[in-house]
Amino acid sequence: MFDFLDGYDLLGAFWVTVQLTVYSALGSLIWGTLLAGMKVSPVPLMRGFATGYVNVVRNIPLTVIILFASLGLFSTLGVKLGADGFTGINFRLAVLALSSYTAAFVCEALRSGINTVPVGQAEAARALGLSFTQVLRLIILPQAFRSVVNPLSNVLIALTKNTTVASAIGVAEASYLMKKMIENEAQLLLISAVFAFGFIVLTLPTGLILGWVSKKVAVKR
Amino acid sequence: MQLRKVTAASAAVLALALTATACGSDDKKDDASGSSGGKKISIGIKIDQPGIGLKTPDGKFTGFDVDVATYVAKELGYDAKDINFKETKSADRETSIERGDVKFIAASYSINDERLQKVDFAGPYLLAHQDILVRADDNSIKAPEDLNNKKLCSVTGSTSAQNVHDKLAPKADLQEYGGYSECLTGLENEAVDALTTDDSILAGYASQDANKGKFKLAGFKMTNENYGIGLKKGDADLKKKINDALTKMVSDGSWEKAVKANFGPANYKNEPAPKIGNVVK
Repeated sequence: MFDFLDGYDLLGAFWVTVQLTVYSALGSLIWGTLLAGMKVSPVPLMRGFATGYVNVVRNIPLTVIILFASLGLFSTLGVKLGADGFTGINFRLAVLALSSYTAAFVCEALRSGINTVPVGQAEAARALGLSFTQVLRLIILPQAFRSVVNPLSNVLIALTKNTTVASAIGVAEASYLMKKMIENEAQLLLISAVFAFGFIVLTLPTGLILGWVSKKVAVKR
Repeated sequence: MQLRKVTAASAAVLALALTATACGSDDKKDDASGSSGGKKISIGIKIDQPGIGLKTPDGKFTGFDVDVATYVAKELGYDAKDINFKETKSADRETSIERGDVKFIAASYSINDERLQKVDFAGPYLLAHQDILVRADDNSIKAPEDLNNKKLCSVTGSTSAQNVHDKLAPKADLQEYGGYSECLTGLENEAVDALTTDDSILAGYASQDANKGKFKLAGFKMTNENYGIGLKKGDADLKKKINDALTKMVSDGSWEKAVKANFGPANYKNEPAPKIGNVVK
């Protein structure tokens, strides 16, 4: 029944998927938080940039962004991100593209969290003489993050599945191995089922754990 | 309460989906059953490989596989206007045949042992080899061994890509994309040195108007790819009819004409027409 799995490094492929997810999650969390900060900042130029960025990036298909990273940045402009060999270059380009794309969603989730913090708190903090960045860092963001664990976990699950698009530029993650196996084994349904199950193993616990975390840290108002 | 309703509904949907996918062979499609004398015939082809099987912007189909499929259909008693060409992507080929979506498949379909367990093959009707395509002014690759310090490009997960990795040039730096067009971009920009896959497909790309004179085939015969016509396992009658049609196509000169028309401009030295049933390992 499952003898077609022999000779394939299933765990290795999913490990690459996990790595892509973790690096991109970190990248998008940092960049998305910065974007959210820009969106609520008093500087019109920053607000405009963040709004423009989110609206543009959110509405481009991820495949296009990832292909652009490879064909545009690497093939045409020669951007290598400090790696040599296609394996390293493609992995870094994929992380860059996934982070840029997911950051737009992280930013929007965070902004809704910022909106849950009563305006009075920001005003009180300003009255105490805190600067904008201090207000954001000490008062607003800690509360905002606690109320958006659930939306962020949705973004994380979407990101996990989105990593499969990286196979379009030859990153050897799970769906890349799936294509390879389908090509060799002529076992479409079984192979697809195995990989679907693999992704459920990755995403289901993520959802459950973060759901529990969101209950624990939620700000009771 | 709400939750319970949703759970029940999704369980029902799941159960339906499972019964629908489980061995969907009891709901046969009629458009492909019934042999000659019927109205229409569905044939699986590729629609994204110039020279092999390509859908032109105005909705016509061109390429060597399309010519072969049209000839075979004519011999089976179907006019060209009664043919319904369907795209069968590499991954869907076996499933399409098993489900009866298409009567047979001519889509750069190499005969191999794993596939023979699922479908039967008529033919082979073309012997292709894995080869490389390089920039027309690049003379640095003289033998397959030279590939080991080069940057190669191929399609994600394809047999050609795996051959490079496992056998032909294990040390080569291999870039894989979802389609050959992306590889051509890289080849033009000198981000990669060579594109590798079956020479028939490469010849088709090199023959395209947009690429004329830019690329050339190296002519390395690195593997043998026997293109066969895939059909339902155990349909000996259809297999014999298709084989007879292929034999006739070679003997009346149509085969040679189709090769010249589709691969001509690329300086592609095709193999002579293979003998039916003679799979070159």
